Amino acid sequence: MAEPIRKPESEDAPQREPNIIGKPFRRVDGRAKVTGATKFADDLAFPRTAYVRLVRSTQPHALIRSIDFSEAEKVPGFLGALTGKETPIPFGILPVSQDEHALCPDKVRFVGDPVAAVACVTEDAAYEAALRVKVEYEPLPTISSIEEAIATPEPRIHDYGDHGNLHKVVSMTFGEVEKGFEDADEIFEDTFYYEGNTHLPMEQHSAVAVPEDDDRVTLYSSSQTPHYVHRALAKVLELPAARVRVVACPNGGGFGGKSDPFNHEIVAAKMALKLGRPCKITLTREEVFYCHRGRHPVLMQVRTGVKKDGTDVRIVAQRLRTALDGGAYGSYGVASTYYTGALQTVTYKMPAYEFQGVRCFTNKPPCGPKRGHGTPQPRFGFEVHLDKIAVKLGINPADLRLGMLAEPDSITANWLKIGSMGLRRCIEAVVEGSGFRERWGRLPEGRGLGLACGSYLCGAGLPIYWNHMPQSGVMLKLDRSGGVAVFCGESEIGQGSDSILAAVVAEVLGVALADIRLCVADTDLTPVDLGSYSSRVTLMVGNAALQAAERAREMISKAVSEQLEIPESRIVFAERRVFDAQDPAKGLTFQDALIATEARFGTLATAGSYIPPRSPGRYRGAGVGPSPAYSYSAAVIEVEVDPETGLWNPVHVWMAHDVGRALNPVLVMGQVEGGVYMGLGEVMMEEQVFRRLPKHLSSALVHKHPSVLEYKSPTFHDMPPVTTYLIEDPDRQGPFGAKEVGQGPLLPVMPAVANAIYDAVGVRVDQVPIHPHMVLKALEAKRKGQEPRFGPKGFPEVDFGEELIVPTPGQGGDGTAINDYREKLRSGMRSSAGTMMTREEALRKKKLAALTTDLKGAK
Amino acid sequence: MLRLPQFNFVHARSLDEAASVLSGEGLVRLVAGGTDLWPNMKRRHQQATTVVSLMGIPGLAGIDVNGEIHIGATTLLSDVVASAAVRERYPAFATAVQSISSPPLRNMGTIGGNLCVDTRCTYYNQTEEWRRSIDYCMKAEGEICWVATSSPRCWAHTATDSAPMACALGAKVKLVSKDGERVIPIEDLYRDDGIDYLAKRPDEILTGLYLPAEATADRCRSAFWKLRRRGSIDFAVLSAAAALWTAPDGTVEKARIYLGAVASRPLAAQESADFLIGKKLDAEIIAEAAKLTRKVATPMDNTDFQTQWRGTMVQRYTEAALREAAGMDPGRLGPKHGLPVVG
Repeated sequence: MAEPIRKPESEDAPQREPNIIGKPFRRVDGRAKVTGATKFADDLAFPRTAYVRLVRSTQPHALIRSIDFSEAEKVPGFLGALTGKETPIPFGILPVSQDEHALCPDKVRFVGDPVAAVACVTEDAAYEAALRVKVEYEPLPTISSIEEAIATPEPRIHDYGDHGNLHKVVSMTFGEVEKGFEDADEIFEDTFYYEGNTHLPMEQHSAVAVPEDDDRVTLYSSSQTPHYVHRALAKVLELPAARVRVVACPNGGGFGGKSDPFNHEIVAAKMALKLGRPCKITLTREEVFYCHRGRHPVLMQVRTGVKKDGTDVRIVAQRLRTALDGGAYGSYGVASTYYTGALQTVTYKMPAYEFQGVRCFTNKPPCGPKRGHGTPQPRFGFEVHLDKIAVKLGINPADLRLGMLAEPDSITANWLKIGSMGLRRCIEAVVEGSGFRERWGRLPEGRGLGLACGSYLCGAGLPIYWNHMPQSGVMLKLDRSGGVAVFCGESEIGQGSDSILAAVVAEVLGVALADIRLCVADTDLTPVDLGSYSSRVTLMVGNAALQAAERAREMISKAVSEQLEIPESRIVFAERRVFDAQDPAKGLTFQDALIATEARFGTLATAGSYIPPRSPGRYRGAGVGPSPAYSYSAAVIEVEVDPETGLWNPVHVWMAHDVGRALNPVLVMGQVEGGVYMGLGEVMMEEQVFRRLPKHLSSALVHKHPSVLEYKSPTFHDMPPVTTYLIEDPDRQGPFGAKEVGQGPLLPVMPAVANAIYDAVGVRVDQVPIHPHMVLKALEAKRKGQEPRFGPKGFPEVDFGEELIVPTPGQGGDGTAINDYREKLRSGMRSSAGTMMTREEALRKKKLAALTTDLKGAK
Repeated sequence: MLRLPQFNFVHARSLDEAASVLSGEGLVRLVAGGTDLWPNMKRRHQQATTVVSLMGIPGLAGIDVNGEIHIGATTLLSDVVASAAVRERYPAFATAVQSISSPPLRNMGTIGGNLCVDTRCTYYNQTEEWRRSIDYCMKAEGEICWVATSSPRCWAHTATDSAPMACALGAKVKLVSKDGERVIPIEDLYRDDGIDYLAKRPDEILTGLYLPAEATADRCRSAFWKLRRRGSIDFAVLSAAAALWTAPDGTVEKARIYLGAVASRPLAAQESADFLIGKKLDAEIIAEAAKLTRKVATPMDNTDFQTQWRGTMVQRYTEAALREAAGMDPGRLGPKHGLPVVG
């Protein structure tokens, strides 16, 4: 596989300080955002638009008996309707979980599952018509929790998955775990629970589909992943992908909640084609809670063996078990399941590691990726667990961590390749800033400090569907106007991706941000970028942009050096000029340079692309976790706790984040503070929880509070001051050394709070969110001489099946499992198109392989 | 977004006009700021064929100071908070009003609207589709109160912050109808029923609130404490309003304590108040009095926070309110009580 990282500059090439990169430049979309000029999807208006509303299931689990539109049709302005019969083709974000339908054809799986759609000339009429659609259901038994799903294999919510209502079961072991526990001086075991919560973006999802001639359709949508929406649309609409265009409008926040292809997007497109007029769906806030794809509720058990030699403490083995409540559909769930185990190894040395995970189907809105995707839950467990170990062993929690940090440029037990690693500096920064060494354990009753760390990916190493094509592409068009047009499939979700794309190009070509015209997130016009997820954009788009810009610079250098009659190596690009490093007065304006280049080479366009380096892991499941680089964060949080009521409050947050290099320090700090805010929301109050009514009276299983008033999320009254430290330890994989910041800084927040509450009042709440009644219960237990703790009691019995055994690098492994029969098939797993096979193809192939084996056995 | 259903809208120019429309045909509802009614109608758990706005009626808004204070029904909540007279004479009432929702909603909402605000419940304040999923509830279109399934009554809880304090201060309200007007003690405005929570007749319009001269800060010591999840926006999940009248030697002569959000009406903590009479306030006496609230208040699982914990907080918050009224340090209790009144 090619490694299209920028080629090293020649040694004699003139070097200059960056003019934009590293500076707090104004984001390119900032003015439009604050003046209201930005057009979000719901702002788009087309003549003859029909308004569409989805009729959603009022049953948590039921067969659809009949759908009656007769009353709806009487609403003035009614234009048409759709049912699941017209959208029979399933879709889903992962090739292995194509389990969703635009409209349910025969069965509903949660309250909110779309059953039908109506289109009317006004939004009012559509709302009224949708209320008048009568759907008859035949209720089925429901499953509301992890424990129920494990205990109830029948009836199945889906007819696929590993077993019963267990969607995915994972079991793998790296190194000599049992021996590690035998050799350990002490073994610690804890159980944790992390409640589900949702993204709560300010903008509700909206989609507008516009039909065009020749069976073409354009979909404008608030999506983080227009490319994946494009694929799903082409599949479900049964149109060639080239006739479907998806444009992602700027998102009013995504946080992972707009990363799946959604029912409403497909319905809008299908209805537009059916009615021959533009169709628009803007979801209500309640519907956003039903789209969900938020944080999985996770029950966890972590067991760690440590060796202790004075103050030197080492982890010798860890076993982590996780159980995820996945909700009603697959979504990213298979990846989420792996993610609850994958990044446990990148912060501290861990020579032996065992991970077992299970994801359950339940009759609730599907869970998926939310900021931190699958890793905040085990990170919470791990960091609280470490705090308990430090207290038990009488070691300062900072020293415990500093003594066992993973090494930079190393490979973990589960075959993740760590590059730069700034966690030491992160811990040192927050420990010093907060006075942790002097103050931890010494504050008066009711005040406490807690420390925790975290790490996150800078982009998933593999695309969602297997292929060998670039994960990000950037094209430049330059001409005699002196302007540079940049084309890229990335989508701006508020994180600043547009600004980074423009800044990288402007920096390389020595022009101003105002000289760059962006065209982004349009599947017809821009080269593919996989989307704004997994913290991949700065690194992957940045590298692709760098390559495209450097290719342009090369052409311009050649043309200008010929015109100026100086060697190319002396050419400098800065301040909108292209000039001689030895005689800066000698040179051309950037526009004249482009004129010279266009004359010399013809019409000017360059392209750059990026594919991450291949990960050393080769075992089944090794695709989740690898990344070109890992960011690191550490936080100290101070809390006040009222022992009379259990009410607690964050007082101050110190957060250090190893971003590699801050391309724009103001944007980076904004992301850090945003991550802190979101993390505090999760630990203080946010929860996506459900009510089941008494079974003898009702079959209802409903979201407890699908509204922004009753789903509690902090206001700025609840937000404490944050001191941010940017740790810059450039990573050679990142553009200009940059790593991610969008997700990592959330991770340490929840455990740091839990640890601080322990420091304040001496009790453990092994659960998120930490409600006051939990603190009070734990305090009561403490007063009674019982275990001063509130949290889950145990982990359910699960058959995790045969464990995948993967020798570690330390054991001389080669990255493969010694018992992975599928490994033998892998060479045949790719289709000729260069993409991963569909599930059906793979199953066919597997059957064939099994047959071959049988035949061999027969001989 | 959620859409309003169709209805007739009357922008009344006089009280007579409003009263006449109100006693006319169809299901008629009054609206002032609309911060309660419009969301309820969008969610279809309140309906109306005609909605009469009181906002255009001359003289219905405004604060009159004349020994007692009269606050007109359509006076904006933010104007109540901004009134120097209200803040000086009834500081705890200003605190209570300022704790209502958020600045934008206080700029829309009115005192009359807050006094009459619909009772709330997590089974009720939901969209039409959501309520279909539970086959509705007793308060709107259904049969069963899902908070207590064998209950013959609805347990929706009172959601007004101004009323418990107004009750404690001994305020009165004026009700006007086509047939005349009457002034009643505000505690008589409420009934302990989640559906019929107001004792006012359907044809009556609440036109104003009288805060009595005998309850001004120089004669009465008062305090308001509100428990909610966040520092803004949230309805109370519990509030404690206390007003104490003491003799010069500190002996309590009269005491009124009302609890919000733990019943379908502002709930008098009568035993606690009675316990204080004839006693001098100290920490122990206050703690004893607060303990007595546990018997009267029975929070239900129909709002935020765990129910049992809210029960224990009734005592804590009453204690805090009494301590503050008595001039003692109210304790920590976390950050979510009434914010200090700012000018």
